[in-house]
Amino acid sequence: MTPLEQYRALLTILYKEIHRFMRIWTQTLIPPAIMIMLYFVIFGTLIGKRIGQMGGFDYMQFMIPGLIMMSVISNSYSNVVSSFFGQKFARSIEELLITPLPHYLILLGWVLGGVARGLLVGAIVTFVSLWFYDLSVDNWTLSIFVVISTSILFSLGGFLNALFAESFDDISIVPTFIMQPLIYLGGVFYSIQLLPSFWQTVSLANPILYMINAFRYSILGSSDLEALGFSINSALFMIIGFIILLSTTCLWFLHKGRGIRS
Amino acid sequence: MKALSITNLKKEYTGGLQALKGIDLNVEKGDFFALLGPNGAGKSTTIGIISSLVTKTSGEVKILDIDIDENHSLAKKKLGVVGQEVNFNQFEKVGDIIRNQAGYYGLSFKQARDNAKYYMRKLDIWDKRNEQARKLSGGMKRRVMVAKALVNNPDLLILDEPTAGVDIELRRSLWDFLTEINDQGTTIILTTHYLEEAERLCRNIAIIDSGEIVENTSMQELLTRLEVETFVFDLSTPITDLPKSLDFEMLLENPQKLKVTVGKGQGLNSVFEILSNSGIQISSMRNETGRLEELFLGLVDSTLTNDQE
Repeated sequence: MTPLEQYRALLTILYKEIHRFMRIWTQTLIPPAIMIMLYFVIFGTLIGKRIGQMGGFDYMQFMIPGLIMMSVISNSYSNVVSSFFGQKFARSIEELLITPLPHYLILLGWVLGGVARGLLVGAIVTFVSLWFYDLSVDNWTLSIFVVISTSILFSLGGFLNALFAESFDDISIVPTFIMQPLIYLGGVFYSIQLLPSFWQTVSLANPILYMINAFRYSILGSSDLEALGFSINSALFMIIGFIILLSTTCLWFLHKGRGIRS
Repeated sequence: MKALSITNLKKEYTGGLQALKGIDLNVEKGDFFALLGPNGAGKSTTIGIISSLVTKTSGEVKILDIDIDENHSLAKKKLGVVGQEVNFNQFEKVGDIIRNQAGYYGLSFKQARDNAKYYMRKLDIWDKRNEQARKLSGGMKRRVMVAKALVNNPDLLILDEPTAGVDIELRRSLWDFLTEINDQGTTIILTTHYLEEAERLCRNIAIIDSGEIVENTSMQELLTRLEVETFVFDLSTPITDLPKSLDFEMLLENPQKLKVTVGKGQGLNSVFEILSNSGIQISSMRNETGRLEELFLGLVDSTLTNDQE
């Protein structure tokens, strides 16, 4: 395929993906907005006032970057895993496999679809948070970079999960038993400096901690990472490293036909 | 030029099942080719390998002389496939399904829209373009699949049992449509369980059984091998006794249905003469089974017998 044909094919996959999650907007866009609103009301307004400061900021202010990242991560992941597995399950993935589309274009199309939903939900959550707190952004470039790269990373994760999944149970195991605990223990609601030294060290093994704190740094200008002796750059390199690793892995399994070819 | 060239193609599934045992198959450009075989013979595996849905164990596949391993992208641009089962998102609109398929081939938006419109009109689904595919009947879904497979104007179209489970009206309209696009130069490979369909449409034929090609010849040549044919005569007036004939084997199934077995080289004129001399009035006549069906069963049965031996 010529570059122009590849571009058109990519736009087709992206259009289809965006059209899919927009068609079911009551399932894809509204629930995260409601859930985040409840977090703000319960943890921010009601409980937050009693908590006072967290990491040197109002609790609501501290929580907002974490909640935005939580939404971006879970929506990017779930968009790709449910869409790609759904196509596998209904065999409509065959539509793509019989075409001249190269594997990297299939992967890129789905990842961009996941990023589109992640960013849209992230924007909705940010908009909702503005009702509760007058938020200002310290470093726009960094915040956009972190949110997009994290969205790419979890879209890739969703794709890999979908390749291996053989039933609908398989696409809920990773988000429920691995991602949710890592997100909640990744410093969305608390500063890990509150933890005893041992648990601080354990928390440092959680990659999501670096993403949430890199984003918090870009919004608030400060995060747990510097206090624990890590630079923001190390978090960014880690995200990029994971993206390269997961992209290569996905392409390898696509090439091998794992889960999509007999 | 060959539209499809398969050399020593093998497929062994995990667990050791040998679906294809090194088949060779050539289909000339412009041909209307039948690939027949009983269930589990290896037809769908062969089509799956050509269309990249199944990974081959070894062998070579070329589409219009382009090796699918060496130039996957170019080879696939020449190909359209109608699968055995519905393989599109049934929650999408018919028009979107077909236009998107064109987009996957890199067609411009305008070209995709024009091609989709052309094939939706040709296949009588234009009126359904804004309907969700899940609301269509089985026959309509088949038409969507055919339109989808053709939307990139492929040189080689493979249809895996396209008329399975559809009504006779659709089947016949599909036959006419396929004949038309074949006349326009599209090479067609058809698998079907309706042997009259293959006999009517296809010029050349291969029969696959237990992962091996057991016959590969022209339809005409194959049909000339038929040793005997059985004809059924419906009689205008009932009879009780069979007409006397030493040349033909006859069976009176009921007072108004007579079966006559005619050997190779024996003319039907003699049969008519005997019946006429006996004062028997014929209202209609037909083959007991399709001619191809008799040959097919003979070929497949003989393979089975050899396997058992």
